[in-house]
Amino acid sequence: MTFYGWATIFGFVILLTLLALPFGRYMAVVYSGGRTWLDPVLGPVERLLYRIMRVDAGEGQNWKQYAKSLILFSLVGWLLLYFILRTQTLWDFTGLNPLHYHSMPWNVTFNTTSSFLTNTNWQYYGGETTLSYFSQMAGLTVQNFASAAVGICVAIALIRGIVGRSGKSLGNFWSDVIRTCLYILLPFSILIALVLIFQGSIQNFTTYLHVSGLTSGGAQTIAMGPVASQEAIKMLGTNGGGFFNVNSAHPFENPTGFTNLFEMLVVLVIPAGLVFCYGRICERPRQGYAIYATMMLMFLGAVIVCYVAEAHGSPAQHAAGLHTGVIHGSSGGNLEGKEQRFGIAGSALFDVVTTVTSCGAVNSAIESFTGIGGAVPFANLSASEVIFGGVGTGLYSILLYVLLAVFLGGLMVGRTPEYLGKKIEAREIKLVVLGLLLTPLAALFSTALAIAGRAGRASISAVGSGPQGFSETLYAYLSQANNNGSAFADYTGFIQPNAGNLGSHGVTFADLVGGFTMLFARYGPILFALAIAGSLAGKRISPPGLGTMRTDNATFVVLLIGVIVLVGALTFFPALLLGPIVQGLTGHLYS
Amino acid sequence: MTALKRQLIPAITLMLALILLLGILYPLLITGIGQLAFPGNSNGQQVHLDGKLIGSKLIGQQFTDLVYKHGKVEMSDGEPVTTPDPRYFQTRPSGTVPADNAAATTFANLGPNDLATKQAIQANIKSYLQQNAKYDPGLTAAKVPVDAADTSASGIDPDISQANAWIQAHRVAAVRGLPVATVMALISKYTGGRGLGFSGEPTVNVLELNLALNRITKGTQ
Repeated sequence: MTFYGWATIFGFVILLTLLALPFGRYMAVVYSGGRTWLDPVLGPVERLLYRIMRVDAGEGQNWKQYAKSLILFSLVGWLLLYFILRTQTLWDFTGLNPLHYHSMPWNVTFNTTSSFLTNTNWQYYGGETTLSYFSQMAGLTVQNFASAAVGICVAIALIRGIVGRSGKSLGNFWSDVIRTCLYILLPFSILIALVLIFQGSIQNFTTYLHVSGLTSGGAQTIAMGPVASQEAIKMLGTNGGGFFNVNSAHPFENPTGFTNLFEMLVVLVIPAGLVFCYGRICERPRQGYAIYATMMLMFLGAVIVCYVAEAHGSPAQHAAGLHTGVIHGSSGGNLEGKEQRFGIAGSALFDVVTTVTSCGAVNSAIESFTGIGGAVPFANLSASEVIFGGVGTGLYSILLYVLLAVFLGGLMVGRTPEYLGKKIEAREIKLVVLGLLLTPLAALFSTALAIAGRAGRASISAVGSGPQGFSETLYAYLSQANNNGSAFADYTGFIQPNAGNLGSHGVTFADLVGGFTMLFARYGPILFALAIAGSLAGKRISPPGLGTMRTDNATFVVLLIGVIVLVGALTFFPALLLGPIVQGLTGHLYS
Repeated sequence: MTALKRQLIPAITLMLALILLLGILYPLLITGIGQLAFPGNSNGQQVHLDGKLIGSKLIGQQFTDLVYKHGKVEMSDGEPVTTPDPRYFQTRPSGTVPADNAAATTFANLGPNDLATKQAIQANIKSYLQQNAKYDPGLTAAKVPVDAADTSASGIDPDISQANAWIQAHRVAAVRGLPVATVMALISKYTGGRGLGFSGEPTVNVLELNLALNRITKGTQ
């Protein structure tokens, strides 16, 4: 561990808080329909879209109508993306397929389409050997925006349900999704993409470069493409699907120590900003601060454990006789599968940032993390992505936990639980519990299925020996169920002997089970969150009394953390014992 | 049915509009600005030498020589056999096939508790010692910096740590007949700092360093 390592971590936390506060304020303005400085430019575009779509943006929707619009929008998006990916060579006329890559097989395409629709961005394929520039832009980049927008819309709808004073309207889905794309995602993506190019990311449509190298053995081919534009929304929308196979470890995606910090801030700015945005919309900023404190405490715990474990080094390194302490000119630690420019702290922090959110981008090989370091992303995923979480998904998921904590607190003091003046009754609690249990259910069920049969075990790599094989499998389905997308990357669903997909085939079991897991664990909780929003929207607000339990003080923060940890631990502890914990406790090497 | 149709029209039109706006216009706009404002970066910081494109500053490459046998390049498993060129600083171990393959990047995915990982690290240490111990007699396995023995993440890491560069400096200086101090001075010249002064680790860009070395020893060799 080094001074600079800790400086990276705490410097990041301070910068994030400073950025998220104004960002939350800005989002509150956007979703209350207020005027922003972008109105003169984007107002006409917004109104043009409403006109060609023939919708009245002012027309309120109840939760069922809101959900129906959301599902149809996603369904159309799914079909169009599947079509674009399966007809890759059809678009050669655009000149955006310089290497004439063929389409992926149907099963891998099913998995990829479901993955980008659900903001998971789980990738069985490697970008530079599989996809044309056209597929990356018109296919994946678009869903990077759209899936992020859908997540944010659900959070906003739930907020409206909680604070709504009359009627059943949760707002208008079409208006919400368009305003999210136009006023939040697009302008900031442009800014971020330009910063990335300024730092060294590439943005071009040329074919791959053939370079001769400085020495006779140095010849190589370098993949090119419109990287920065996709990288920007990949981080801002907590998507995480890399342009290249090695994701944010690739120097073109994440060229410097500065971009590493910058990309981490970009990942968390919306999830953290939304918490403050919530406090503002419900006119109780302290509610937002309490949730922020909850998230930040759990976040710091995860980062510290991960950094200490990675700085210590791995059993394999020590067995090989490598010294992993800090020496002059080197940070030491478990640098296996990590880049020099990020170092140990920059890799551990990035890993936590992208696994607490549904981002799932990686700048280092999670498979090569130490047992305990690798258990941290497991724990983050087991907490169901409520520590900041994905854009929107994080806020609506933690609000479900807040309602559960309020209910448990109410039971303890023997009063009808209330949240912000609204009574929480049997119907809401049933929906909350169902909504919270869907994701773990999907994760554990598909892991069990994959471990039990030969079809599932076919995806485990040769390296995945001993508990590592179980870890790979559990991580794969935990990640897909949480719509995260990071991976113990040796778990495979796509066999590709050559770049360009000729002769390639998918592992149907892993592709389909993964695809359905993602869809189920994305849209299931969304429907429950909207149903709760609808149920709360119609309730009367009663004035706070003497016995009302406060939800904006330290006691409640502790209660909330307790509930999150308890649910996560009870659900996942037995499974975690079999994989990462065994690895963390043993110095034994498996062959 | 009509209610469904009324919802389908906005879903389809909006999705098509987003493809046009976010999938086509947005990347074109960024490409336009990028190519105008930062053409070098947008195209991958290409390095040309004597009219030839020899690499990218951001992409690690191999500084090795092809091995010839009976006048032909020796092949193994379809890839040419190479040997590290002692005149040049060497990049980190790479998990791609062949090493430093920037057209198909991949993690090495070596697990923390795997015997294979131990063996890979041992092999890297051995090869590092073979290259450098002759010129830096104090060098032992325990003194090998982690970045020289551990595989990088991208497989095309363009940088090495300062400690790694300082060790290799002895070899490079001896082979090129340069004073070690000259090589050390070049290393500090091509060492990049941390982001904002605190984020990440200092880096020595191997390609830039090797190019600079060639510039000073040009003519003497």
